[in-house]
Amino acid sequence: MTFATPNLVPAYPEIFLLVALGAILLFDLFVAETSRFLTYAYTQLALLATAGFLVLGATGSVLTTFNGMFIDDPMARTLKLVGVVAVALTLAYSRAYNQQRGLYRGEFYALILFALLGIMVMISANHFLTLYLGLELLSLSLCALIALQRDSARATEAAMKYFVLAALASGLLLYGMSMLYGATGSLNLGLVANAISSGAADPAILVFGLVFVVAGLAFKLGVVPFHMWVPDVYEGSPTAVTLFVSTAPKVAAFAFFMRMLGGALSPMVADWQSMLVIVAMLSMLVGNVTAIAQTNIKRMLAYSTISHMGFLLLGILSGSVGGFAAAMFYVVAYVLMSLGGFGLILLLSRDGFEADQLEDLKGLNKRSPWYAFMMLLIMISMAGVPVSVGFFAKLAVLSAVLDAGMTWLVVYAVLMSLIGAFYYLRVIKIMYMDEPLQTEPLVAETDHRILMVLNAMAILLLGVLPQPLFDLCTISITHSFHG
Amino acid sequence: MIDFSLLIFYGFSLVLLAAGVGVITARNPVHAALFLVLAFFSGSGIWMMLEAEFLSIALVLVYVGAVMVLFLFVVMMLNIDLDRLREGFWKHLPLGAGVAVLMVVEMILVVTSRQFSALGREGSAPAGVGISNTRELGLVLYTDYVYPFELAAVILLVAIVAAIALTLRRRKDSRHLDPSTQIKAQARDRIRIVSMRAEKDH
Repeated sequence: MTFATPNLVPAYPEIFLLVALGAILLFDLFVAETSRFLTYAYTQLALLATAGFLVLGATGSVLTTFNGMFIDDPMARTLKLVGVVAVALTLAYSRAYNQQRGLYRGEFYALILFALLGIMVMISANHFLTLYLGLELLSLSLCALIALQRDSARATEAAMKYFVLAALASGLLLYGMSMLYGATGSLNLGLVANAISSGAADPAILVFGLVFVVAGLAFKLGVVPFHMWVPDVYEGSPTAVTLFVSTAPKVAAFAFFMRMLGGALSPMVADWQSMLVIVAMLSMLVGNVTAIAQTNIKRMLAYSTISHMGFLLLGILSGSVGGFAAAMFYVVAYVLMSLGGFGLILLLSRDGFEADQLEDLKGLNKRSPWYAFMMLLIMISMAGVPVSVGFFAKLAVLSAVLDAGMTWLVVYAVLMSLIGAFYYLRVIKIMYMDEPLQTEPLVAETDHRILMVLNAMAILLLGVLPQPLFDLCTISITHSFHG
Repeated sequence: MIDFSLLIFYGFSLVLLAAGVGVITARNPVHAALFLVLAFFSGSGIWMMLEAEFLSIALVLVYVGAVMVLFLFVVMMLNIDLDRLREGFWKHLPLGAGVAVLMVVEMILVVTSRQFSALGREGSAPAGVGISNTRELGLVLYTDYVYPFELAAVILLVAIVAAIALTLRRRKDSRHLDPSTQIKAQARDRIRIVSMRAEKDH
């Protein structure tokens, strides 16, 4: 028995992150309660170095290592970078909030980095086992993060719901995977795709497995009819954790869909396309219509997430390289908007006060025109109004669906976003036309304010000049998926 | 000989199914947990027949020996209110039964499909003499599957961090002993001898 040491170079970012994570766990023990900033700074440095490894180690080609279980391709590099940046911004936005709520602890940072590691493992997975282990790493870390505010009954309830439903979804996913394994005889994504296209596998078993896999994935992405956990988790978690849940894990879920449906199950595109059409249509309907009735802004954004994920699926279901690239652009744009939206809620909240009701935004323009303008940008981008990144993302996805020949679906999606525009515009109306209910001065950390402005500017700028980012997505996808 | 092993297989399978039904129908949670133990035992018997002796023994050691004992402790300590658990059983039964019937039909279709039924006819070839299941697993676990193995270790680390972060708290009102301060204590910390003037009673 000989054992060749695997090529570790493609996995350097993950290995570095794990080592830095272990160091943070130890380092934090020796940091006094009053100088917790050191842990925060160390975490940000670790993220910066991970990003450095990702950028400098990019080869532009497709490499596999660890016996074909780990894949490094341009899509993985780009998505991991988006994930790292999203986590860094999450930590920066939530620092003051955490300080005021007893969440400013080493465990918060350790668990977020564990979740990021899970995200990166999922993005680079080329094997059912690694996909599943990455997913569990992410889910368990998220569950602990949601429950971290342990004296809050709502947070505990949200964590419990998330835990039970995540376990159920994992069960469905594993059952589906076991069927696919039974039919194809392999766990490696590439070999599964080969076995399916060679026609050796029984279609009945494959479709049976596929149904479970799609259901499990839909749970994880939080789309109708598997969306029930999303609003409760968004509302119940501390806003800092909501911000995290709504950003980087969506990138991982997108990667999971791509690896699973765009990779291993690509020969079965006709089967999963029709399933995704139903899921996407329901998500856009339920998400947009239910969001109108919400008075809690976190809950409203949760339903808006459901409809956005429906849109994301539109890109994937078109089944072409162009559609995948559009979906990737959509997920990046969504992460940017979600960071902005929840970042602004964090900016408005202060010690003992959560700015999570819609009426807390009343008259924001009179209190701070600049904050109101940033929220305006984020809202028009989420609604998909031109000259914002959200508009271009929707346009790209819809043109991919049009290319796939589903005109009726495009018309339906446009109608649904018109319904959705209502509640985004209502936020703007509340900010600009209503009288403020509160007069307390808005205080915020300087770094948070500066990053917030950059975030809002990015939304505007990418709306005017979307081409570079779109080209990056197209290149990443075409170099990773040749089909 | 083949018929005899088939007989054992059906025996184990019947016990497994009956125990599975028992888990969800038993009124007493302790009985349900014990039924689960029985189900694990029968499952491990079936694994043993497949010559997967490592998995079979691990199932008994880990699940029966450790997990279920812990589970029984929790059940006994929590004193679960059964009536509240059963609330809504009848309300959700039609939907649940519908999904279950659908699943059973689909599974029958899958099991009787061309590929799987061929597998059932041929059966699996017996492993040769001298091939140890444990050794084979060990060989691939630390070589081909080293990456998932490491990831599983990271997940365990998350479990430790999460468990400590969620449950460890220093309550200010709890009364606890600190052995190191007890040992360090000197006689003068305990008693203070104060010299006073003697006083008369009256």
